[in-house]
Amino acid sequence: MSTANPTLVQSNPWDELRTHTSARIALGRVGSSLPTTELLRFGLAHAQARDAVHHPLDIDTLKTQLHSRGFRTLHVHSKAADRHQYLLRPDYGRVLDSASREQLMAEAPAPELAIVIADGLSSFAASSHAVPLLELLKERFDTDWSQTPVVIAEQARVALGDEIGELLKAQLVIVLIGERPGLTSPDSLGLYITYQPRRGRMDSERNCISNVRPEGLPYPLAVYKLDYLIKKALQLQITGVNLKDNSVLPLLQSTPTA
Amino acid sequence: MIYQTTVDHQTYRFEDLKTLLAKASPARSGDELAGLSAGSAEERMAAKIALADVPLKRFLEEALIPYEQDDVTRLIMDGHDNLAFTPISHLTVGDFRNWLLLDSTDSTVLSAVSSGITPEMAAAVSKLMRNQDLILVAKKCQVITRFRNTIGLPGHLSVRLQPNHPTDDLQGIAASMLDGLLYGAGDAVVGINPASDSLSTLTPLWEMMDELRQHFEIPMQTCVLTHVTTQIKAIEKGVPVDLVFQSIAGTQKTNESFGVTLSMLHEANEAARSLRRGTLGDNVMYFETGQGSALSASAHHGVDQQTCEARAYAVARAFKPLLTNTVVGFIGPEYLYDGKQIIRAGLEDHFCAKLLGVPMGCDVCYTNHAEADQDDMDTLMTLLGVAGLTYIMGIPGADDIMLNYQSTSFHDGLYLRSVLDLRRAPEFEAWLTRMSIAEPSGKLREISAGHQLLRALPHLPGAA
Repeated sequence: MSTANPTLVQSNPWDELRTHTSARIALGRVGSSLPTTELLRFGLAHAQARDAVHHPLDIDTLKTQLHSRGFRTLHVHSKAADRHQYLLRPDYGRVLDSASREQLMAEAPAPELAIVIADGLSSFAASSHAVPLLELLKERFDTDWSQTPVVIAEQARVALGDEIGELLKAQLVIVLIGERPGLTSPDSLGLYITYQPRRGRMDSERNCISNVRPEGLPYPLAVYKLDYLIKKALQLQITGVNLKDNSVLPLLQSTPTA
Repeated sequence: MIYQTTVDHQTYRFEDLKTLLAKASPARSGDELAGLSAGSAEERMAAKIALADVPLKRFLEEALIPYEQDDVTRLIMDGHDNLAFTPISHLTVGDFRNWLLLDSTDSTVLSAVSSGITPEMAAAVSKLMRNQDLILVAKKCQVITRFRNTIGLPGHLSVRLQPNHPTDDLQGIAASMLDGLLYGAGDAVVGINPASDSLSTLTPLWEMMDELRQHFEIPMQTCVLTHVTTQIKAIEKGVPVDLVFQSIAGTQKTNESFGVTLSMLHEANEAARSLRRGTLGDNVMYFETGQGSALSASAHHGVDQQTCEARAYAVARAFKPLLTNTVVGFIGPEYLYDGKQIIRAGLEDHFCAKLLGVPMGCDVCYTNHAEADQDDMDTLMTLLGVAGLTYIMGIPGADDIMLNYQSTSFHDGLYLRSVLDLRRAPEFEAWLTRMSIAEPSGKLREISAGHQLLRALPHLPGAA
């Protein structure tokens, strides 16, 4: 971005405080107002967050990436016809459209897990982070991966995983979903784990790992936690508020980001 | 009771008062999601016309949510001040609007009737009012509160300094706090929304803010916006708690979904007041509200979201808070779809709260999935500034890195002061002058690298 004429902007001599936070501090001012450089920086971040919400998930690329890594994919759509309806009717994003429901009813049951990759509120998060995350999970968690369905879901909310998991008779559903983007995090992925998924499950019956992205919770740490929760959930036959994430990460915490 | 009106041979019937209020509401996505809104533009106007003829007294006879089922209804009905209501008791909703707009209905008159107005009356009249009416009447209402400074004086605007950090990092929070103070913000409160809810993580936040406040003798108050029960525990452990915060709503069931009861709020109020930390006054509570919370908790009882919101102000005023603000655009587009709906809701919330005697500020804000941007926030904050808003939020660059939404910035506070000639709380402004942060006129001064506030950070508790 262009450099401002220093004679016009009243800068703040506390730039060094920025080492403590990613908050927009020491921005300087012109009169009472934001300097042009900062105005444009903010505008760009907002534009990227808006695009993350409205950009459709690139299904074909995602499928190709998953197939080349040996995953079996399915593709479904929620009852929300488009993004406009998705934003206005959260309830529609939590159920499948009838074609998708029929399709899943005809599918072979999942061996153990069902995985859902959902656009949610950030398609960027789903398209950037879901595949590398699943690759790491595959290395760490042992199951019949060749038969485990990876369901790509459009216009989806977290609870759509309940119906998908129920129809596929999965013991556990893992939903990888784009979180509501912030200005500094347009591509945060959320991971939701629900034991014995079925329609009507409450949010208190799931476990969540949030802010998964290289600048937030990096892949290896996220997968470490995910693997821990999956194993505990299958062992204790429960997810939600009664399943505590007691995974300790003393060694991994010093690992550089993926 | 059936309410009805006829428009060109078409008769519109509304089966009860809550249906009438919902159909008379300006359009918004949350009421549509709840299936409560008018079916056509004409039906909406028919409802407004029918509502204009409803006597204010009717609101004391027909509870929107049954008295037996809801403690907020009981609070409203049992707390109604009939004597204060007398001067307006003969009016219909339509004439209530006329009366509010009279030049002779000034600040003194409005203060005198305030405890005679129920939230439902305020919500009803707001539905007939245009934005300019909401601004004009709100500007006439004066609500002044005190803890360590004086908030809500005419011609004044305060700012809540909101120095959030995604991992509650003490240094990160302190950095944003210093940035805000050096921009002349923080006279409403320095209030942190923490990521954690554990007392051991939160205690150092209270202590750091209090140490900074005491060291520089800042006439301000601080708050950690965690659950009310955690704050009561903190008080019991001797943590320096100034204000007690809680999110509240307009139905008992919604408050229960927040894990809150009215008796908990009483307990918190008593606990905070017993510390006697306020030097100028004992307004110790801080509340946040927002349209849509009742529907979100499936606890709206078929009442429209703006009326539910107004009922939250009855809860607020029962505790004489220092501060209350609506977080107007935070909840998302399924409740307030775009800039137009957010702006209207912000003006309604401010008007209803002020009419009921609540010291109302506004978190002028939006999320990235709403059809809104910073231009809409400029419009709303300017309108609210004209309307005499008590305070706005001050967040570095308007970007909250912990809650992932956009609000208003320290710069925005300066902008409002500049265009509307609004001053800070007088005690705080005097401090800014003493500290060479602002001129006596309120304009910011140039800050040098050696300023004493900047030298404070390395000495904070927990600093490496």
